[in-house]
Amino acid sequence: MSAETQPTTWSTAAKEIVSGGAFRAFLSVILGFIVGALFMVFSNEAFLNALTYLTARPTDALGAGWTAISDGYLALFRGSIYNYQADNVVAATRPITETLRFAGPLIAAGLGVALGFRVGLFNIGASGQILFGALAATWVSTRISLPWGVHLVVAAIVAIAAAAAFGALVGFLKARTGAHEVIVTIMLNYVAAGLITFFFRQDYLLREADGGGTPKSDAPAETAQLPTLFGDSFTLHAGFLLALVGVVIYWWLMERSTIGYRFRMVGHNIDAARTAGVNVNRTFVYAMAASGAFVGIAAVNQALGARAGLTPDLDGTIGFDAITVALLGSSTGPGVLLAGLLFGAFKAGAPAMQVIGLSPEVTGVVQGFIVLFIAAPPLVRAIFRLPPPQKSTVIADWWAGLRKKGVAK
Amino acid sequence: MKLELRGITKRFGSLVANDHIDLVVEPGEIHSLLGENGAGKSTLMNVLYGLYIADEGDILLDNVVQKFKGPGDAMAAGIGMVHQHFMLIPVFTVAENVVLGNEPTGALGILDLDSARKRVKEISDRFGFDIDPDAMVEDLPVGAQQRVEIIKALARDAKVLVLDEPTAVLTPQETDELMGIMKGLAKAGTSIVFITHKLREVQAVADRITVIRLGAVVGDAKPTDSAEKLATMMVGRAVDLGVKKKPPVLGSTGLSVKGLTVVGDRNTKVVDDVSFEVRGGEVLAIAGVQGNGQSELAEALVGLMHATAGTIMLGDLDITGSSVREVIDAGVGYIPEDRQKDGLVADFTIAENLMLNKSFGPPWAKGVQIDFANRDRLADVLIDQFDVRTPGRETLAKQLSGGNQQKVVVARELGRDLNLFIASQPTRGVDVGSIEFIHERIIATRDAGKPVVIISTELDEVTGLADRIAVMYRGRIVGIVDATTSRETLGRMMAGATV
Amino acid sequence: MSAATNDSFSRVDERVSYKTPIVMAVFAALVGVAFGVFGKPEAVSFQWSNPEDFIHIPDFVVASNLVGMVVGVVLLVLAALAFVRARAARTTPMWVTLIFGLLTVVALLGWLAAGNSVPFAFILGNAVVLAVPIALGAMGGIMSERVGVVNIAIEGQLLTGAFLAAVVGSLTDNLYFGLIAAMVGAALLSMVLAAFAIVYLVDQIIVGVVLNVLILGITNFLYAQWLSSDGQNSNFPGTFEIMPIPGLSSIPILGPALFESRITTYLTYLIIPALWFILFKTKLGLRARAVGEHPLAADTVGINVARTRFWWVTLGGVVAGLGGAALTIGSVGAFGRGMSGGQGFIALAVVILGRWHPFSAAAAALLFGFSIILRVWANQVSPGIPTDFITMVPYVVTLIAVIGFVGRVRAPAADGQPYVKG
Repeated sequence: MSAETQPTTWSTAAKEIVSGGAFRAFLSVILGFIVGALFMVFSNEAFLNALTYLTARPTDALGAGWTAISDGYLALFRGSIYNYQADNVVAATRPITETLRFAGPLIAAGLGVALGFRVGLFNIGASGQILFGALAATWVSTRISLPWGVHLVVAAIVAIAAAAAFGALVGFLKARTGAHEVIVTIMLNYVAAGLITFFFRQDYLLREADGGGTPKSDAPAETAQLPTLFGDSFTLHAGFLLALVGVVIYWWLMERSTIGYRFRMVGHNIDAARTAGVNVNRTFVYAMAASGAFVGIAAVNQALGARAGLTPDLDGTIGFDAITVALLGSSTGPGVLLAGLLFGAFKAGAPAMQVIGLSPEVTGVVQGFIVLFIAAPPLVRAIFRLPPPQKSTVIADWWAGLRKKGVAK
Repeated sequence: MKLELRGITKRFGSLVANDHIDLVVEPGEIHSLLGENGAGKSTLMNVLYGLYIADEGDILLDNVVQKFKGPGDAMAAGIGMVHQHFMLIPVFTVAENVVLGNEPTGALGILDLDSARKRVKEISDRFGFDIDPDAMVEDLPVGAQQRVEIIKALARDAKVLVLDEPTAVLTPQETDELMGIMKGLAKAGTSIVFITHKLREVQAVADRITVIRLGAVVGDAKPTDSAEKLATMMVGRAVDLGVKKKPPVLGSTGLSVKGLTVVGDRNTKVVDDVSFEVRGGEVLAIAGVQGNGQSELAEALVGLMHATAGTIMLGDLDITGSSVREVIDAGVGYIPEDRQKDGLVADFTIAENLMLNKSFGPPWAKGVQIDFANRDRLADVLIDQFDVRTPGRETLAKQLSGGNQQKVVVARELGRDLNLFIASQPTRGVDVGSIEFIHERIIATRDAGKPVVIISTELDEVTGLADRIAVMYRGRIVGIVDATTSRETLGRMMAGATV
Repeated sequence: MSAATNDSFSRVDERVSYKTPIVMAVFAALVGVAFGVFGKPEAVSFQWSNPEDFIHIPDFVVASNLVGMVVGVVLLVLAALAFVRARAARTTPMWVTLIFGLLTVVALLGWLAAGNSVPFAFILGNAVVLAVPIALGAMGGIMSERVGVVNIAIEGQLLTGAFLAAVVGSLTDNLYFGLIAAMVGAALLSMVLAAFAIVYLVDQIIVGVVLNVLILGITNFLYAQWLSSDGQNSNFPGTFEIMPIPGLSSIPILGPALFESRITTYLTYLIIPALWFILFKTKLGLRARAVGEHPLAADTVGINVARTRFWWVTLGGVVAGLGGAALTIGSVGAFGRGMSGGQGFIALAVVILGRWHPFSAAAAALLFGFSIILRVWANQVSPGIPTDFITMVPYVVTLIAVIGFVGRVRAPAADGQPYVKG
C-alpha cells in the first residue's frame, strides 16, 4: 500500500515524522494495542498461575491470557465509549462524554506541541505553560468579580495570554542566547510547578479560604466556570468546544495563512527563510507564543472547567501526553484531533480498568509504544511487510549533504 | 599500477548513474575523465573508492579483480582519492587528519602523534608543500587544505591517485602548480585519474581523455582534439561556447558601494574597504578564487551579513544596514550561491518556493492569507516563462534536477520588477542547457536597463557575461577592469597582483 | 607561493564584551549588600571536620554579616580585575570565574547558617553523592554526543537503571546482580536509541523524548501493578555499604567527604578520567570524535560510522545505567515512581556546560549536586525561606547556566545529523 507519498529516499525520514502517512499511524495504533495486550497478560495473576503448569494444561494459560486481554480492553471500552453494563441511559452514555472531556485539553495542548514541531522547535514545556496559564486564570476566577459571561471570557483570555507569554519566553531565550529549548522548557516546567505551589500555599495569594497545609486554591467563581454541555448529570463542559475551535484555527493558521507558511518555511529550512527576508528570531518568539497560546486553551480547560479548588498537579500528565498526541497526529489539525480523542479515551477508561484490578498505567504503556512505532516508519513496514521505499540515496541528496559538510564554512 | 574499470554499472532507484562504463588507466598516465555536471563522474569514482558498491562490473588492479567492501579496502589496495569537497575534520590538526584511519599507535592504543608529524613533514618536504603538521585545518587557506588532502592520499602509498574537480578552489597560478605536481607524480609512476568539466585543463595536462555523458562513456579523446569537439562530446550537440551580447546601453548609477567592510568569524576583514559602482544596463562581474570574500560581499549587499563600515546605495536609497526584507522590498533580486541551502525549501512545492520572499502582500497574499488562486496562476506563468521542466507546480522542489531548481530560483527573482539583480555562482552544478538559458536571462535583464552583479569563480562565465570585471583577493578589490582583459592578467589579479 | 602584495586577510582587534565584569560587579554588590550590610549579625561556625576524624581542624567562627561584607569586597576586586582585562581586550580567565563562584557560595552559606554551623564535610560529601547520577548520566551523554548522536533519553536510562538495580537486587538478594542488570538494561535502551537514530534515521530528539515517556510509563505500570503490593520481595534491595578508603579517607576536610563512600561513587572517580583519556589520547577516541565531527570524512578513510556510533551509544548507556543504579542501591535503596526527577535533563545540560569534556562536565555535575544538597540543608537550617523556592534552585541554576553560557560552545559538528551512505 503506497500510503507513502514520500520521496524515494531515507534521508528525509526526520521530516517524515511530521508528515507521516495516516495508514501508518493506524498500524502503529494496532501494534500499540498488541503490546499493551502483552503487558496485560503478563501482569495477570491468573495467567501467571496457569503458566506454572503450562505443560500440563496449556489451555488454562491460553484461556487466562485471553480473558486478561478481553477483560482489560472491554473495561477500557466500557469506561471510554459506552457502558453496556449500565442500567440507565445517563450512566451508559456518560463514558463518551468523559472521553470528550479528557480529550479537550489533550487536543489543545497537542496543537501547541504540533505547532512547535512544524517550526522545528521542541516544545516540551506544555505542562509549565498549562500551570502558568492556570495560575493566571485562577487569579481572575477567584480573586476578581465580574459579571456573568464577561468573567469567563476575561479569565480565558488571561490564561491564554499567560501561557503564550511563558512560551514566548522560551522562544526569546532561544533566539537571543541559543539556549536549547528542550532543556529550557523542562526546567521551566519545574519552575512553574514550584511557583504555582507557592501561590496555592500562601493565604495572601491564592490559597483557598479555610485551607490547611496543603496547597489548594478556591474553586473558580460560578460566573467564571465553563458551562456544562449536557446538563448536570454529565461533567462535559465547553472546554471541548474550545478545543474544537482551536483545531479549526490551527488548520487555518498552518495551511492557509501566510504566518503559518512562514512558520513552516523556518521549520524546513532556516537559511532559505532568512534569505527570503523572514526574521527568524522573531519567528521563533511568535511561534512559541502561538504554541503556548494553544496550550493555554488546555489551561483554560483545567482551571475553569473545575468545580472545586485546584491543586498544583492540575496539569496531570497533559504536558507529556500532548507530545504523544502531536506525534501520532503527525502535527496536522485533524490528526491531532483524532489522536487526542484516542488518548482521551484511555484516560476516561482508567476507572473502569481499575475496578477490574488492572492498573490503568497500562494505557501509558500502550500510548508510549504507539508513539514509538509512529517514530519508526521502517519498523512498521518491516512488521507488516509493506513494500519498502527505494533503498538509496539520490545523488542530489548526497551532494546536498556534502555541501553541508564539506567545503569552506 | 594499471587500473581498469570494466562494465561498471550503478543505479539509484530508477536513475542509472553509471551505465556499463569501461576505463583503462596505464601506470604513470594522467587520464582525464571529462563530463559535465551530473554526468556520473563522481559516482564512478566513489565506486572505485569503495564508498559505493557497483551493481554490475569489475575493478581490476594490475589485471587482478578487486572486491572493495569499503574505502579501507580501496586504500589498502593503493587507491587514493582527493575529494572535491575536502574530507578533512576542521577541528583536528593536519597530522591527525592525515593519519585518521591508519593511526600509528603505542601501547593500549595510545596515539603516536610524533610519528604522524614526521610522516607529514616528510611528504610535505618531498613535494614542496610547506604544511605545518600541527596547524588546525580550519585555520588553513583553501589551497593548503587541498594539499593536506593530497598528503593524506600519498601517506598511504597511493599508486592510483584520483583527483575530483581539484581546481575549483584554486587560482590559475595554483592550478598550474597543481598540474606540475600531477606531472611529477605521474613521472614517478603514480597513475592519476583527473576528473573535471574544464576543457582547458584537460588539454593542458591529460595524456588520454575519456568523455562521459548521462552516465555512459561517449568515447575517448586526445588532448590535441579541439575544445569544440570535446564540448560536443560532453554535451551531445553542437555547443557554442561564447555568450552573445550587444554593447551595453548605460543608464544612471544603480548600485553604489563605498568603503564596505565586513568582519568575519575570526576577526579578519573578509570584505575590506570595497568600493564600486554599477550602472543600469551593465553587468559587473566579481571574479576571484572561492574564499576571497565574494560570498560575504554578496551577503552584505542583501542584508544577510552585517557591514561594519561603509555604505551601500541603491540609486538614492541608502540600504546599508537594512534588513533582508527591506532590501527585497527595495527591488533587489538575489540568487544565492547555495540554492539547496539558501535558495529553496526542498520540501515545498514549486508554487510555494516561487513565493518564498513574497508572502508579505499582494499578489501572492491577501492580507494574512495566501491568495491561492493568484499563486497558482502566477506559478504556472513563471514555470512556463522560465522553462522549468516539471510535471506541475505541485511537484516538490527536491524532485527537480539541479538545473531546474536553479531555474525556479531565477524565475522567482526575475519574475518581478527589480532595481538590482545579484547572482552568486548562477550556474554552479547546472547542466549546459540550463546554463545557456540562465545566461540569456541575465543578459536580458541587463538589456532591460537594470544593473546586474554577477559573482562567479568560473573565469569563462565572467569573461562571457561581464561588461566590467572586479577581481577580489583576500577581501579587497584588486582592480576593476574591462571585460576584454586577458586571462593571464585576470589570473594574476586573482592571485593578488595589483594592475 | 604567489607573489602577492598582502597574502592574507587583514585582522581586526578582538572585541571582548564587558558583560562578564558587569555581571560580576552586580553580583558583588548584591552579595555585599544582601549578605553583608543587611546580613545577620549572628555568628556562623564553619565546620571543617567531624569529631571522629583523624586530623581535627578547628571550626572557623565568624559573624555572618562580616563574611558577607568581606566576600563582597573581594568579589568587587575580582570584578575590577575582569574589567581591566576587558579593557585590554582579553577575556576573563576561567579561574577567576571559578573563584568568584566559590566565594559567592561561601557567602551564601554564611548567611543561611547565621546562628548555626556550616558542616562543610557533610555538604561536600553529599554534593558528591548527589552529583554521581548526574555525572554518570553526563558521561553517557558525552559518549553518545561525541559520535554525533543526540541523547535526550538519559532520563529514561537513569530510570531504567534505578528500577532494575532495585528490583533485580531485591529479587536476587545480591546488589552486584542489580548493578549489572541496571547497566545491561540501560544499554538495551541505548541500543534502541542507536538503532532508531542510525538505522531508521529517525529524528534523534524525538526518539529520546519518546523513549523517556515509554520508560516512565512502563516503570509506573510495573510499580503500581507489582512493586507497590509486593514491595518486601521486589523492592527492598538495601544499599551498598559505605567503604572508606584507608589512608585517603584520613585527609583533612576532603577525606571524609570524598573517600568514605560507596562503590558507585568510586567507580565514578575512575570512569571520568578514563573517558577523558580514551577520547583524547587513543586511536579509538580520535576515530570517535572524527565520526561526530564529519562522518563522511571518517567514512572515506575506512571508519565504519554506523558501527562506531552504535557501540559508543550503547556503552554510554552502560555508564548511564550505573548512574541510575546509584540512585537506588547507591543511595536510598528502594525504587520510587519517576525517581530520576529530571536529573537526566540536568545531565544533558551538564554535557553542554562542560563543553563535551569529561572533566568540565564532572565539575558542572558537582555544581548541581551541590545545589540539590543546598536545598535540603537550607531548609533545615533556615526554615524561613519558602520551600517552594528552594525546590526550584537546581532547576533555576540549570536555566541560568544554559542561558548564560551556551552561546559560545561548539557541539561536535555532526551532532544530531543522521548519516546516510550510498
